[in-house]
Amino acid sequence: MQKMLSHGTVVENDWTVLQMPVESVPQGNILLPLKYWLENGAEFDQQPGLVGVWLDSDEEVEALADDLPQLPVVALNFPKFADGRGFSSARLLRDRFDYRGEIRAIGNVIQDQLFMLQRCGFSQFCLADDVDLEAAAKSLNDFSDGYQTAADQAQPLFKRLRG
Amino acid sequence: MYIYDQYDQKLVDERVEQYRDQTKRYLDGKISEEEFLPLRLQNGLYVQRLAPMLRIAVPYGLMSSNQVRKIAAIARKFDKGYVHFTTRQNIQLNWPRLEEVPDILAELASVQMHAIQTSGNCIRNTTTDQFAGVAADEIEDPRPWCEIIRQWSTIHPEFAFLPRKFKIAVCGSEEDRAAFLLHDIGIQLVKNKAGETGFHVFVGGGLGRTPVIASSIKQFLPKQHLLTYLDAVLRVYNRYGNRNNKYKARIKILVKAWTPAVFAERVETEWAQILARDVDGVAQLTEHEIERVKTFFPLPEYQAVNETVANAALQAQAADSLAFARWLERNVRDQKQPGYSAVTLSLKPAGVAPGDVTDGQLESIANLADQFSNGELRTTHNQNIVIADVPKSQLFEFWQLAKADGLATPTIGTINDMICCPGGDYCSLANAKSIPVAEAIQRRFEDLDYVYDLGDLELNISGCMNACGHHHIGHIGILGVDKKGQEWYQIQLGGSANKNAALAKVLGPSLSRDEVVDGIEKLLHVYVENRLEGEAFLGTYQRIGMDKFKERVYAKDA
Repeated sequence: MQKMLSHGTVVENDWTVLQMPVESVPQGNILLPLKYWLENGAEFDQQPGLVGVWLDSDEEVEALADDLPQLPVVALNFPKFADGRGFSSARLLRDRFDYRGEIRAIGNVIQDQLFMLQRCGFSQFCLADDVDLEAAAKSLNDFSDGYQTAADQAQPLFKRLRG
Repeated sequence: MYIYDQYDQKLVDERVEQYRDQTKRYLDGKISEEEFLPLRLQNGLYVQRLAPMLRIAVPYGLMSSNQVRKIAAIARKFDKGYVHFTTRQNIQLNWPRLEEVPDILAELASVQMHAIQTSGNCIRNTTTDQFAGVAADEIEDPRPWCEIIRQWSTIHPEFAFLPRKFKIAVCGSEEDRAAFLLHDIGIQLVKNKAGETGFHVFVGGGLGRTPVIASSIKQFLPKQHLLTYLDAVLRVYNRYGNRNNKYKARIKILVKAWTPAVFAERVETEWAQILARDVDGVAQLTEHEIERVKTFFPLPEYQAVNETVANAALQAQAADSLAFARWLERNVRDQKQPGYSAVTLSLKPAGVAPGDVTDGQLESIANLADQFSNGELRTTHNQNIVIADVPKSQLFEFWQLAKADGLATPTIGTINDMICCPGGDYCSLANAKSIPVAEAIQRRFEDLDYVYDLGDLELNISGCMNACGHHHIGHIGILGVDKKGQEWYQIQLGGSANKNAALAKVLGPSLSRDEVVDGIEKLLHVYVENRLEGEAFLGTYQRIGMDKFKERVYAKDA
């Protein structure tokens, strides 16, 4: 079973990420591609496992605005780790749409991004198979604080320190 | 200058440890070359033609004498005893060892310096006017605003993996000395009718392959909204900037594609949503914080000086020494405070790569700042160093010391004060060498009377179209190009980086290395023959146009 980081700890990752075109839907927890979800989401009301949606980096989270309350997980794909659009997507999910479910980073995500991803609202991270997740998890705390407002902090540092 | 509190210091210390760990994992083979690349770039480390190059941040160009001494010590211990000042007011080490970079960063952190975000596709060092705080035409000191932006941009969690690099400049004066319209965001300090400070925001300027002058997107941004508005601009760019082609990835391309009006509208929409979310205004800048940051940039206690008496004394000294008179004319500038001057130390003596200084010179510079000023100095985008607040009565002594250390070449603002990138001697991107061209020009124009007669003339040299030497905004620009493995040089005329910023136009076919200096000399002859009384090169070019220059340079010898 694959593993992932969830809220700072290593857990089993029993989710299947489906790609377009979706031909068959497996048992268990699934992440559907955004396009497929938008067209066929209603069919998954009775799905026995959990159903989440994943977006590629060029897809806009605004498309999911109405569906967020029913989604336990929204995954954001990083086709390349240097493609930073997912950072903004996560912030919009948290800040604009008040999404409180899991935001999962999938694709080419690296240890050295964990601190920033977490600040932008990500709660779960799927790193490459050969990564030692226990060791990587320490990068969630590479910094003890940050200057800026972000999904984890509505007030900038100066406001918290000096009012 | 700004002094770190425990939070600032802790962040920089943690960055050193993070990078130390990244370097270790890279050397242990646990991080691939591809993954390590942006990690090291975000800490200023390039791998260049001969060795790695480490770019050290000098926030808005301001340094203390202690920091300069530390740089000198680092240059001695970890490098070959010299450093390079860049066109973005930063410092580069040319020969550090990759394994030792974490130790260099730790040394920097001990004097409140770092290399964070000096490269990579992130928000870079914010730059400004080297005469901040002392310029007569200043609306407000831009440095507190630069510091506020520095903190906001440092380890910004959302904007570390942008489509491309992102540069911000702040201009606080009437005359622009920061080339702010050639930045991804250019911020101009303005006052409204009520006398309140705000910002006129421009976006989409830049040099590089596609030079563009920035467009206005917001006439008056109230000061408390600076950071939320910057978040909005960066978010729009992060989401919609081109990520498929690195040559079309700068914000200027997006602004052009959408038009500035549409871009402005998208930012307004995003910003309105950020503000709507921030119901209590907790994300806004507070008066308290603005005032707190301003207290770090106090003006020194100036003595009351009789300006007329001080100037008369200087003139008497100048009458006795032509060399001192020349230096006064070109390298010394009046301040808004009577009796004090801002002195530019030249890093452009002939025979030295423009912007290079030795460890010993760095220590001399630090000593000059301590002895004659408040222990602070400023780097300039023209690759020189400014020491402000020097009493006029001490200028002669200052000059003697600076001259002894090779820092008083009296050519500021002349053809010999060229901006020049490291070029093909160091840089792996370059198509051609630039340093030998700069030197050849300086050698040709050694006659100072002739150089002074030519007057204000900005000559900028880039070794490739990435334009680190700002060739597009030189009155004369020289661009190195590669033609079938040979180094050639394209000449451009008419660029300008002031408030009426203009991009230079190409003169004609490229010249070979042997022809460049002759070509420049011919351009200067055309200028001298055609100028009106008191008219600078740029003015003559703007009045008479390109043709006469072109005809002369490409005329077949009779």
